[in-house]
Amino acid sequence: MTLEILVAKFQKKDTYAFEKLYEMYSKSMLGVINNIVRNDNVAEEILQDVFIKAWNNSENYNAKKGRFFTWILNIARNASIDYTRSKTYKESKQNQNSDYFVDILENNESLDSKTNTIGLKKFVKELSDKCKAVIEFLYLKGYTQKETSEELSIPLGTIKTRNRQCLEQLRIKLGV
Amino acid sequence: MNIKEYISSGVLELYVAGSLSEKENAEVFKMMEKHPEVLAEVKSIEAAIVTLTSALSTKDTKQLFAGIKNTIQPKVIPISKPKTSILKYSGWAAAVVCGLFLAWSLNENNKLQQKIAKETTERKLLENRVIETNDNLAEATKLINVFRDDSVISVPLAGQTVAPEAYAKVYVDKKTELLYLDAQGLPDPPKGKVYQVWSLQLDPLTPTSMGTLDTFIADADKIFEFKTRAGEQAFGITLEPEGGSESPTLDQLYTLGVIPS
Repeated sequence: MTLEILVAKFQKKDTYAFEKLYEMYSKSMLGVINNIVRNDNVAEEILQDVFIKAWNNSENYNAKKGRFFTWILNIARNASIDYTRSKTYKESKQNQNSDYFVDILENNESLDSKTNTIGLKKFVKELSDKCKAVIEFLYLKGYTQKETSEELSIPLGTIKTRNRQCLEQLRIKLGV
Repeated sequence: MNIKEYISSGVLELYVAGSLSEKENAEVFKMMEKHPEVLAEVKSIEAAIVTLTSALSTKDTKQLFAGIKNTIQPKVIPISKPKTSILKYSGWAAAVVCGLFLAWSLNENNKLQQKIAKETTERKLLENRVIETNDNLAEATKLINVFRDDSVISVPLAGQTVAPEAYAKVYVDKKTELLYLDAQGLPDPPKGKVYQVWSLQLDPLTPTSMGTLDTFIADADKIFEFKTRAGEQAFGITLEPEGGSESPTLDQLYTLGVIPS
């Protein structure tokens, strides 16, 4: 079944299609959430909330406005950021690491060979710090181009090309 | 801008990240529809991000879907509950209506069955009457034909001493060798007695019993049918005890007639 059909069925409240989409994107979303909240149990709870929210608001998704992945990525990032603004999170005094997502990758022992993430560790290490930061802000945190440019002191006009270059390096190594 | 330049501009990467404006998103969507290579590029970028982000999840997500399913499915039930109760009530109501209709139908059916049975019986009776009437008519027609026939001889039997008022008539059909006795002119026989019909040869006088008129009172037209006998010359009717006699009781001779030669 193509992604388009799966999404269409999901919007008609087909639980089978929903489960397929979950299989496709849940691991990715858990990574995004985990990178923000830095707590396995909390990340899992948020992940479930994210997919329930997607189910309850499925009619709001419109393919003309973006990829299904991007739509659910937005829900996941917003839900995670909401959590970081909560009292519970602030009281837990998370140890903020400036090394972005890379430290999770470094310490992640659950990596398995089938997701070719063993090589990924190496590839990500080889990326420049600016690239890691751009990817972190644009994809993992959902910053705007302007926010990213300000945060990294990169001119706004070059964000687009810089990001393209960073992803190209990664894609060549991943073979996608 | 050609397609290659468009792809390498970096706009598609931002599209996947979700950091374009709504207008820019719509433009990318149009480009993807027009150019398969643009769509393929977007899919590759997406795959790269999915791979990277998946590597950041420290646990498997499969077992978490059960919890999601449990949450989304009970929500369906409260919405549909009032519907089911309405359906339930309307279902019961429909069942009651159906039941009443069924009972009424059965009752009507029984009534009709009884009516049919009654009508059938009446029809049978009428049919029988028609058959009877037809038989009677056929009988009467037959008699009329007999009386009209040339070959039929009419023999009047005159009343005798014991009953001077009595009379009878015999019609002899030589063709069919049948004779008809019209006993309309005889009085009803007293209880325990029957009329007996005799065929007579005159010289010497030899009576032969033709039979008794056992059904005389019941018979409506009082016409009785007999076979002719060779050599008979006259007919007599006597009153005899029930069951008939060997030879005629002559003092109870009611009528007598001779076949004209």
